[in-house]
Amino acid sequence: MRTDWTIYLTFLGAGLIMLLPRNAKNLIRWVALLTGAAGLALGLHGCIVYDGTGFVHLANVSWIPSLGVRYHLAVDGLNLPLVLLNGIVCVTGILFSWNIEERVKEFFAFFLTLIAGVYGVFMAMDLFLLFVFYELAIVPKYFIIAIWGSTRKEYGAMKLVLYSFVGSAAVFIGVLAAFFAGGGQTFDILEMAKNPIARHVQVWVFPLVFAGFGVLAGMWPFHTWAPTGHVAAPTAASMLLAGVVMKLGSYACLRAAMLLFPSGLAHWQWWIAWLGVIGILYGAAVALVQKDFKFIIGYSSVSHMGFVLLGLATLNRDGMSGAVLQMFSHGIVASLLFAVVGRMVYDRTHTRQLDELGGLAKVIPFACVTFVIGGAASMGMPGFSGFVAEIQVLIGAFKMSPWLAALAALSIAVTSAYILNALHKVFYGEDGRDVQSATAMPPISVPEIVGAVILMATLVIVGLYPQSLLNMIQANVDSFLGGMR
Amino acid sequence: MNELVKQQWLIPFLPLVAAAVQALLPRTARKLSAGICLTAMGASCVLALRAFVGTLGHHEAERAVWNFVWFDYGTTRLELGFILDPMTAAMALMVAFVGFWIFVNATGYMSDDENFTRFFCFLSLFAAAMLGLVVANNLLMLFMCWELVGLCSYLLIGFWHFKPSAAAAMKKAFITTRIGDVGFFLGILLLSWQAGTLNLYDGGNGALEQAGALAGIPGWFGWSMATTIAMLLFIGAMGKSAQFPLHVWLPDAMEGPTPVSALIHAATMVAAGVFMVGRMFALFAADTSGLALNIVMWVGCFTALFSATIAVAQFDIKRVLAYSTCSQLGFMMMALGAGGLAPGQFHLLTHAFFKALLFLGSGCVIIGTHHEQDMRKMGGLRKYMPVTFGCYLIGMLALAGVPPFAGFWSKDEVLLVAFQRNKLAWGLATFAAFLTAFYMTRQMFMVFAGKWRGHHEPHEVPWNMWLPIAVLSVFAVGLGFFGAQYGHYLGAHGEDPHGKWIVMGLSVAVGAAGILLGWIVYGRRTMEHADEPDPLAVKLGALFTCLNRKWYVDEFYDATIIRATMLLGELWRAFDKLVIDGILHGIAWMAWGVSQVVRWVGDEFFINGGFDAGCESVRLSGREFAKFQAGRIQGYLRILCLGTVILLVIWYLK
Repeated sequence: MRTDWTIYLTFLGAGLIMLLPRNAKNLIRWVALLTGAAGLALGLHGCIVYDGTGFVHLANVSWIPSLGVRYHLAVDGLNLPLVLLNGIVCVTGILFSWNIEERVKEFFAFFLTLIAGVYGVFMAMDLFLLFVFYELAIVPKYFIIAIWGSTRKEYGAMKLVLYSFVGSAAVFIGVLAAFFAGGGQTFDILEMAKNPIARHVQVWVFPLVFAGFGVLAGMWPFHTWAPTGHVAAPTAASMLLAGVVMKLGSYACLRAAMLLFPSGLAHWQWWIAWLGVIGILYGAAVALVQKDFKFIIGYSSVSHMGFVLLGLATLNRDGMSGAVLQMFSHGIVASLLFAVVGRMVYDRTHTRQLDELGGLAKVIPFACVTFVIGGAASMGMPGFSGFVAEIQVLIGAFKMSPWLAALAALSIAVTSAYILNALHKVFYGEDGRDVQSATAMPPISVPEIVGAVILMATLVIVGLYPQSLLNMIQANVDSFLGGMR
Repeated sequence: MNELVKQQWLIPFLPLVAAAVQALLPRTARKLSAGICLTAMGASCVLALRAFVGTLGHHEAERAVWNFVWFDYGTTRLELGFILDPMTAAMALMVAFVGFWIFVNATGYMSDDENFTRFFCFLSLFAAAMLGLVVANNLLMLFMCWELVGLCSYLLIGFWHFKPSAAAAMKKAFITTRIGDVGFFLGILLLSWQAGTLNLYDGGNGALEQAGALAGIPGWFGWSMATTIAMLLFIGAMGKSAQFPLHVWLPDAMEGPTPVSALIHAATMVAAGVFMVGRMFALFAADTSGLALNIVMWVGCFTALFSATIAVAQFDIKRVLAYSTCSQLGFMMMALGAGGLAPGQFHLLTHAFFKALLFLGSGCVIIGTHHEQDMRKMGGLRKYMPVTFGCYLIGMLALAGVPPFAGFWSKDEVLLVAFQRNKLAWGLATFAAFLTAFYMTRQMFMVFAGKWRGHHEPHEVPWNMWLPIAVLSVFAVGLGFFGAQYGHYLGAHGEDPHGKWIVMGLSVAVGAAGILLGWIVYGRRTMEHADEPDPLAVKLGALFTCLNRKWYVDEFYDATIIRATMLLGELWRAFDKLVIDGILHGIAWMAWGVSQVVRWVGDEFFINGGFDAGCESVRLSGREFAKFQAGRIQGYLRILCLGTVILLVIWYLK
């Protein structure tokens, strides 16, 4: 089975759900889950059969000949981990949305459309196609937040959409400029990369494209959509936002901006690295003073995505493979943490204010254990995937400048501070708060346990056996770097 | 030895398996859980003993290593490995042996706790991590175990996390050591970059075997690379071994159950920092300027004295011991810094025995007095708890440095190397030794002498609590005689006898003076009532308060570093809200205004331009969903489409 079937299957699932009767809620859920599982299985299969280097072209046909647009999908070691990530987040996101009762049909239809779009972005090798999938992923996002969200949902949704469209506009201009400067023959990324455009054009096009995509990666100072968006979104959407949508940005930065504009990249390399470091520290420090549980995780995403940017900017194999692994790792960690905050805690207590929570370890111990494990992974404890990713990013940064590495490493201490702070406020401490009195709090359900276990197992497997993903990432980072020279 | 090293992995592995099994046991399987834990630990202890015996026949610092690949990709490979050399063998044996007896004691101390099974699961995991740290021949592996040790200690300190003080302590311990870990982590990165490997020994290619070469490369701050790396690693050691200024977590960590205090905060975990410095000693000593060692020595020396002054004015029985641990760790660091690898490591070993003894003894006291920790509310326990008293006395004499107990010999060696290196450091350390004897005497009199000042009649503890301290007290007496052998065993080339008798004589003298002064202040007339002021407080006045408040270091940190960090967070949050979002909102309003103005133009463009149907359908679905919310997405979509059309038109015209 080819990996591009993930896209079609997921679209198919979304279409099927639209045809199902509105009241067959369980059927809809199961169809969604099976679709997600099929996508995950395909992604996993793709990772297993991938032989280690180069591209596997899945489809490459002319689409809009007059513009040189091709329908070109391919996988390599850089996007396969992300395809896998998308499958995992999709399945677990559906599991954590099992309790949605309002407009179930529309929810899962939008959800799967979004997932399909993300699959498309990860595999598209044509800039125009990538852009189409990219927008396809953004639009359902808006509706999911605006309809099923909470706290200032219209604002959060609007902010996200506005940000990403402004980013898209910047990207669009850059892409067109690159297209024309390259002779207006093709949008194919691999073709375009063979003939880089003139240096002086690259120098101003690169920041447009990179920052445009960087918006979605939570790049400082274009990050403020992330916390508000996460907070407004329903659990599954937060998981998707932090888990995969932010990776859309960073992946596109890598695949489009960095590959097509090597000279521009060389010119702006230090800027990106420092923006990454600022994001790391800024996100961590702001997370430290948040009063809302979800805002903490939201800002921690900004901080962790800073590691991705920093790693990409190092332009060496350690840093870049660390960045790709960090994309995967943070996708899992963030999904897990948002699942705890949104599904396990908020759906039961109906508050996210740290001051109103407390003592939940006794009421829902499973949520506490999950948060401890997710938190440990988030603070880069050895044995979890985040450690392997961050240590590589830091080694790469070290080779660029010790200061970058030293400042970024400071976040290790701050991260443990805000994670522990949240852990203690929410799960430990004295009982007797209002939320506690609800002893009728429903116990942790089976879908929640299954979803959490999948995510935790992934963290540990990749943490203890990083080679499983690193092999293919590393080989492709090498050819990526080789291709840039 | 080459065969033995291949079995080193079993030493940490057995407790690890035990922890995994215990994690799956039901809460009621108390006996089974304790049994598994003790069996695994006992087996590790036997293995460690076998490895230790295996190293005995060899002379000089011979070592065997066994490396294996963890993951490799392309040309980079990351190896992990195990080591067997005298330092590791002795340390592993100590950890497994002392740990075993602490576990035995814990079966008594925790017998009433409803989470008994979980407690032993954490203990096993902790032991596994600590033993893994000791047998690691790879700095990354050492670091991983180091972090696991930190995590376990977090879980164990906060085992009673429903107590707010315990919850605060667990957080503080973790974060403070984590700050040290930032340095450690950077040191590892720098070493891996410079040496190309994190294997410590690897047939001539290991990181430590390149220490000489690293000393020749310039690093940061005008230091050599070896010194730079060593200093970064030392920051980690300062966090873990509670050296000033990262010492603040250790005394608070006494909030955990007492066996935890004995295990983590006396015998093993805090020793990890000292052990790591010893393990990386080649790197510290590589630079001929001796800068790295000097810094280690002075940090150690200052901590030794500083914590000893605080211990003088504490009332909690465990806090006195906690500060004395800080102080003793300072002695060890000072010895290492003065170039005395063997004395530093030897003091680490003897201290582990008598400090575990003291902590477990204090645990017996706490249980015997119905969970009382305030020494003012004790007194006269000699009569009620004779066995505990006897063992505690041995531990106290060992700590106070009275010959012929173990602490005397090892501390004497520490003072001797300090004397030979730097007279001032020696002088300060000798004064710290005087204070040690004084505060331990104070504690003895407050707890065991005089009359009982508490409420309920105290009682002696069951055998499974006093047996461990009895066993440990044998070692607290006898271990000291092996100091010289230990030096040979580690490969030290004979001891420099210069100044030996002066140091030893003064050491005995200050020990005696400390005990005498303790007797004068606390022994001649013992306390009558619990609310009576401390005689020392009467004499010292404000100074006593200052010592009792631990020189206000916590308050200082709260007011400076913590407040500054929080302020920075608040500042940046405000920046997000006001500046970044402010700009965003400004743009949004502008866009809205513009879209109003160009609405009809835009519509014209849409219809006439006939932009592809997908865009139109998005717009329609947007209108469809507009029922549900009040957003203005159509406006933005319209702008995007408009822009696209304009760009396409420009291109067509071109």
